[in-house]
Order: sequence, then C-alpha cells, then structure tokens
Amino acid sequence: MTSPLRIMIVDDEAPARNRLKELLADCAASFPHEVVGEAANGREALDLMSSEPADLLLLDIRMPEMDGIEVARHLLSLPQMPAVIFTTAYDLYAIQAFEVNAVDYLLKPVRGERLLGALQKARQNRPPGPAQLQKLAQRPRTCLSVQERGKIVLIPVNEIIYLKAEQKYVTIRTHEREYLLEESLTNLEQEFTANFIRIHRNCLVAKDSITGFEKVAEDGGEARWEVVLKKVEEKLPVSRRQQYLVKEFAK
Amino acid sequence: MPSINQNAYSGALPNFRNLGILLRILLLVNGVCLIAAAVKSASFQQALQEFTAIAALVEPILILSLLVLMLANPWLGKLPFYRGAGIVVLLELALTSLVYRLGASFFVGSGIGPLERLWLFSLLMTAALIVYFNMRSRLLSPALSEARLQALQARIRPHFLFNSINAVLSLIRSDTKRAEMALEDLSDLFRVLMADNRQLSSLQQEVDLCRRYLNLEQLRLGERLQVEWHIDNMPHDAQIPPLVLQPLLENAVYHGIEPRTEPGVININIFLRNDQVHIVLRNPYQREGAHHSGNKMAMENIRERLSLHFDVEASLTATLRDDSYQVQITIPYLRPEK
Repeated sequence: MTSPLRIMIVDDEAPARNRLKELLADCAASFPHEVVGEAANGREALDLMSSEPADLLLLDIRMPEMDGIEVARHLLSLPQMPAVIFTTAYDLYAIQAFEVNAVDYLLKPVRGERLLGALQKARQNRPPGPAQLQKLAQRPRTCLSVQERGKIVLIPVNEIIYLKAEQKYVTIRTHEREYLLEESLTNLEQEFTANFIRIHRNCLVAKDSITGFEKVAEDGGEARWEVVLKKVEEKLPVSRRQQYLVKEFAK
Repeated sequence: MPSINQNAYSGALPNFRNLGILLRILLLVNGVCLIAAAVKSASFQQALQEFTAIAALVEPILILSLLVLMLANPWLGKLPFYRGAGIVVLLELALTSLVYRLGASFFVGSGIGPLERLWLFSLLMTAALIVYFNMRSRLLSPALSEARLQALQARIRPHFLFNSINAVLSLIRSDTKRAEMALEDLSDLFRVLMADNRQLSSLQQEVDLCRRYLNLEQLRLGERLQVEWHIDNMPHDAQIPPLVLQPLLENAVYHGIEPRTEPGVININIFLRNDQVHIVLRNPYQREGAHHSGNKMAMENIRERLSLHFDVEASLTATLRDDSYQVQITIPYLRPEK
C-alpha cells in the first residue's frame, strides 16, 4: 500500500472547492488521500506547491489571470510533474482538446463516482507532457517559469526585455536579473509572436522594450545595427537578415 | 403580468402613438400624392403645382386623422382587429367629408371633383395602410418568437447554469436554507426564460428577475461581485420587453467580474427623464485577461427587440472606456393599459 495521495484543489469559486472537498471526503474510505491545500487562482496554487507539494491537482480551467492549463504548464518545471485532473463547467473548445489529447478532465457538477474513477486512473497514468499541454493552451502564457531551489519562479511575460538562446538554454532578461529556461526559442517565438520580434538567429526582443536602433561601424567591414533598449544598458546586434526591421521601426 | 390586448397573429392595428408609425404614415401618404402628381403631369414644374394642389386638400385630412387616431389609440387597441379597422375607415371617410365641406369654397375650380371621388381615394389609401401595417406586424412576429428561442440559447450561458447548479450542490449539506433559496431563484429565472416573451412586462418585474440572477452569481463569486443599484427614480410600471436587462448583466459579470481576482462593482442606474426611461449599466473592464468577445449576439438581439416594440423611440448604445464598459438604453415611458 502506497502512502495516501496528496491532493490540492484549485478553483476560483469557493462553492466549487467545497463541493470537491465533500466529494473527496465521501470517497476517502475507498481511496485514501489527504487534501493538502486549496487555492483560488493559479499563482496561489503554484506558491502553495512549494510549501505543500501535492501529488495530484484538481485544476479548474477558467480562472482569472492564469488559467488552469497555464498552471499545468508551469508545473512542468518541477523535477516531478504532479498528476492533474482538469475541471470545467462548460468549455466546448477545452473538452474537445482533452478528448483529442487523452488528458483527464471532469465536468462540473462533478459526480462522486466519476471523481473516484478519475483519481484511480490518475495514479496509474503519466501526467500530461509539455507537447500535450501546449496543444490544450487557448492563449499564450502570462508568465514563463523556472525552478529555483524546488520552488517555481514565475516571470511575467510583460516584464521580459529579451530572450536569448545560448547552447542548451534560453536566457530570460528582465530589468532586475537573468534566468535560465529550458525551452526552444522557436517555440517561444511562435507563442509570443504578438509581443516579441526576432532580431537575430538567437534573440527575441520585446517590442515594448525597444527604444531605437544604432549604427555601429565595424573594423574594415560594413556598418551594422544594434538595438537600444529601455531599462538596460546592453545593446543587442541585429543580424543582416533582420535589418529590414530597422526600416519598419523608423516608420 | 399585465396583458396587452394585442394579438399579433390575427392582425392588429398599429400603435398610433408611436413616433415611428406616425412617420411611416406621413411619408407613405405624401409619397402616394407625389406619385399621383407626377403621373398627371408632363413637366416637373407642372408636377410641383399638381402636388401643391393635392397637398392643400390631403394634408389637413392627414394631420387631423393622425390627431384623432392618437387620441383614440387606447380605445382602438382594445377592439378586435376587423372592427377597429372598419372604424378607422369610417373615421377617414368622415374626416374627408368634413375637410371637403369646410374647404368647399376654397377648392372650387381646383379640379378636385365631387366628394364621392375623394371618398374612393380616402378609402383606398386607408385600406392600403391598414394592410401594410398588418403585414408588417405579421412579418415581425416570427422575429419575436425567434427572439425567445435565442434568449434560451444565447442568453443564459451553459457555463452559468452548470456553475450555479454546482454552487447549489455545494450548499445542500452545509446550508440547506440557502440552497433552497438558490433553487427558487434558479427556477424563477428559467420560468421567465422559457415563457412566451412576446408581451411586454413591467420594469419592476425585470428588476426582480435581475436581482434573482445576481443572487445566484453572488453565491458563486462571493465578495468578488458587488452590485450598486440606483433605482429610487425608477418608474416601476414602465413597460419593457422581458429579458432586456438580465442578459446585459450576465455580460457584465462574464466580461467584467469573472476575469478579475479583486472585487468589482456593477453599477445599475435606472431613472425617468422627459418621459423617457433611461437604463445605464456600468462594469469594470480590463483588456488583459478579458474573455473572448461573444456579447455581440446578445446585444444585437436586444437592439432588435427594442426596435420591434418601440421602433425609432428606443436606443441602445455601448461605450468602452479605458477601464470600464457602459451600456445605455433609452425607451419611451409606456404605462400599462388598464
């Protein structure tokens, strides 16, 4: 017999959390578990994960600020991804995506026996992977996340100045500091195409952070362009191929 | 529900106190006169003269008719269609005679001809108008019943229904009283949603319905939802199509309150000014994290129903500011018929 499963309930509506607690209590006899925490939004849930790590999250999809799918994507940066069961009252798009990608979900109002079934399955099934979760996402993430000392650190996308690929990692630069992220720059470019532009093979810059472009003379060669940024002193080179951006910016 | 004795299916006389109806009558009658003048004449100059001659006779009859019809409107509305139509025709013939007699000396030699000829024209014009308005109301009736269907499908979001039921389920063990109240609110709400909503109801009833709806949302959202009512100056008996306010509040909750973690205020302001009822709804709005748009359909449906009932006298406008969204409805203050 394994130790009781540690469960966290995440939903922005208090009655919905209470209902799940009642149902979990009902099936305590046949499925030993422990409710280790409740969170009313995505950020709270991720914070709570560092102090009260859970083996399984019951995750509402529609929540203010950060939806359930994004929460799951941040959980991926933990050494061990917990199991997740998504809950939703009515979201045709999401339900379709769950069916296609074979991810566990429950429809609210949740039935006791369905919950029990989903819990038993979650124990055996592997949690959804990054590719699966990316397909479920309905919008770009609001934050990127890295793991530092067992804690998930969230970096709001609107605070990022640039993303630079370096060997295995992508460096995230904010006003305060740098972070290392294990994701591909190409995927990031696709997801955040609305707010970032590629100025070089290895670099994406936030459109809002660009102050202007500067011409730098090179020894013996042609002059090249560099991006001048708000908030940081650094300048970033623009590759020859992306030089048309300078002209577009001037307009 | 106070009933309006207007059965749109067997035929109905138009509401002669509605500005849109009056305008239509004025334009149609003058249009026919203009065509008649054009047919009779060879040149533009002559047509203008002909029209002036016809207008001199027709306009007094027209204005007088509209005045009498406006006065007689409540009484005419209660009559069965065919009797009402007959009375309107007789009234027109009488008014034609009256104007002809009073202006007899004036019209001598203008080639207007005998009274019998005028009677015929008057009869044809009146009959044509009655048939036109009757056809129009028949055409609009399906739109009204469709509005009811749409109300069911588009108004109450399934999302709301399932979350509400979930909230009630969560109360059943801990707070039976509140669970009972919530189910009562829910059934009142659906009773109106499933009713035949072609008839007007009172503003007070619509406000009561909105309160029940907001009670249910409060249950789910707790202190995140705050509502401010300013309805001290509201005319309780004003007539309004049912389910005009509730879907707008649902939009306000869905787009204004649910995407926020902090509490938000929905402001409802209803007042009477210059014999017009003004309804102003305001809710917070943030571009970031807002739900996908989807309130266009509800807005269009409401606009359509307001114009079916009030023609040009009603208006619906929506304004988006930096951090708030406001919808304003203006309708004429229509009192219930006794």
